[in-house]
Amino acid sequence: MAEAASPSAAGQAGATSFGANSLGDRIFAGLAKTSGVLVLLLLGAIIFSLFWGGLPAFRAFGLPFLTSTDWDPVQNVFGAGVSIYGTLITSVLAIALAVPLAFGCAFFLTELAPAWLRQPIGTAIELLAAVPSIIYGMWGFFIIVPIMGDYVEPFFIDNFGDLPVIGDLFQGPAFGTGIFTSALILAIMILPFIAATMRDVFMTVPPVFKESAYGVGCTTWEVMRSIVLPYTRASVVGGIMLGLGRALGETMAVTFVIGNTNRISSSLFGPGNTIASIVALEFPESPQGSLKLSSLLALGFLLFVISFIVLAISRLLLRTKVKQ
Amino acid sequence: MKLASTALAITLAGLSFAAQAQQITGAGSSFAAPIYGKWAEAAAAPTGLKLNYQSIGSGAGINQINNRTVDFGASDMPVSAADLEAHKLIQFPTVIGGVVMAVNIPGVEANQLKLTGEILAEIYLGKITKWNDPKLVEMNRGVTLPNLAIAPVYRADGSGTTFVFTDYLSMVDPTWKSSVGAATSVKWPAGNGAKGSDGVAATVRQVKGGIGYVESAYATQNKLTTTQLRNKAGQFVSPTMESFAAAASNADWSVVKNFAIDLNDEPGATSWPIESATFVLLPTDAKDPAQSKAVLKLFDWSLSNGNKIATDLLYIPLPEAVQNAIRSAWAAAIKG
Repeated sequence: MAEAASPSAAGQAGATSFGANSLGDRIFAGLAKTSGVLVLLLLGAIIFSLFWGGLPAFRAFGLPFLTSTDWDPVQNVFGAGVSIYGTLITSVLAIALAVPLAFGCAFFLTELAPAWLRQPIGTAIELLAAVPSIIYGMWGFFIIVPIMGDYVEPFFIDNFGDLPVIGDLFQGPAFGTGIFTSALILAIMILPFIAATMRDVFMTVPPVFKESAYGVGCTTWEVMRSIVLPYTRASVVGGIMLGLGRALGETMAVTFVIGNTNRISSSLFGPGNTIASIVALEFPESPQGSLKLSSLLALGFLLFVISFIVLAISRLLLRTKVKQ
Repeated sequence: MKLASTALAITLAGLSFAAQAQQITGAGSSFAAPIYGKWAEAAAAPTGLKLNYQSIGSGAGINQINNRTVDFGASDMPVSAADLEAHKLIQFPTVIGGVVMAVNIPGVEANQLKLTGEILAEIYLGKITKWNDPKLVEMNRGVTLPNLAIAPVYRADGSGTTFVFTDYLSMVDPTWKSSVGAATSVKWPAGNGAKGSDGVAATVRQVKGGIGYVESAYATQNKLTTTQLRNKAGQFVSPTMESFAAAASNADWSVVKNFAIDLNDEPGATSWPIESATFVLLPTDAKDPAQSKAVLKLFDWSLSNGNKIATDLLYIPLPEAVQNAIRSAWAAAIKG
């Protein structure tokens, strides 16, 4: 819908131009400019204040702050290692779980689904994106966690826990919470973003390309693999990065189900924490001027940097597509 | 402030009562939030005060009162004499609450299992990992303990309850004291963190072999399987209002300054070993002394008339002598 509306809107704006020096125009231009600059200023101010607040922690711990796995509020020793690891591992696992599913959804919706089914499923996917994250957190904690703890985790621990090497992934008591459960919830949360992007870009493939491929006798899958995917590769990766960006910063849902422990565990079912979850949990009990508060702000800054890198990559990939 | 509240009252037509009520603001302890809410509700008519209390956690409450953004702060941890001095505050306790252990072991009923502080420390240190550990079995003859992994659960969010619990473990176990210590959040050597008391309770209920610590009121309301604990006198006691009250009255309040008492591991044959008072922090240099007076009026009414409300909500009222000591402290600190 959106892409259909925007070209005509742009055309109208170009056609209706009044005198450039009318007062209303200048005021409006000024206001619009102010709004734009304000956003930039706000963003800059947020980054700066996080960095400024985190400076005492960066000073106290130096570069090892990034890798140290210590988080000891009693001794006042803080390190970001476990939370950075937890943030990255849950997000990457979530992407690994969500991408195949999202691809399946988009493939089905654009190529296979009968026309009457496309709208309801498309809407359902978009609705998934609108569910507040606290709902995912509660649903995860009260429904998914017991299922994981009672059935899924004991099954894997009993059957694979004794195997060499991969057995390490399935160790420990079956709490139901942990890295894997968080990744699962995150995967469901980011699925709609990735699926919707994929569907939209799959639809941008000119029909003539696909029809030519069908014409030479390709199957639907061959058309998808050799025509649609290569044509949309950059945008698909961009969509995945958008999902990754959302997974990195997700707070509430993860806090409910990750087990909130400052240890790196080799087990998929082991507890952990993420930057967002530790900030949410520790913030209320951090006195002003304390090294703990400063460390939390430093963590916030690091999360900003990580998200910024991911979003920058996603923009870059999406832009490459536009240039073609 | 007054103008604003009057304007608000006018716009909220029908709430004519609010127009006369003096607003006081407080922030901090979530543990104390229910009782302050109930006290303020009951005190509204006799005192003409209206309390706006934000349950944001003890640490945040201390920050707020240090910045003077509220009329009083509330903390589950006593503030040190030096900090009180530095920020020109007085503190006094209001109610007492016990911390109890909740377990989920198939076949074990409420207050059947016997535990000691040393064993709790070893469980949370990750040294005792099975419910049929010889130490547990020996202490609990007559209770069938299964070969089940112990799943220790703790508060992942910074919490006054965590301070009380870790402070108790530090008192009874030197290893705990040297390797972990006591604070609102600590570096837990074992176990899983859950968010809030409700999170701990739900996790213990869901995980077989789970054990966690929660405020007593919470355990009662949620019908959790609690345990006995061995107190300083060497007796095993069940968590009841009587054993909580015994510990409070057996404590020697006269030796501490600023009421900064630690109620863990108190003497007495019937004393429950893990409990703590919750505190109110009040500025001695308030910008608007009338507000501080109003806070005192509210708590004066509550200490005199609020014991029934407190026990209904499963808090333990302060001993009579302590209440009187608090009133004399008020008279000395808040002039006018």
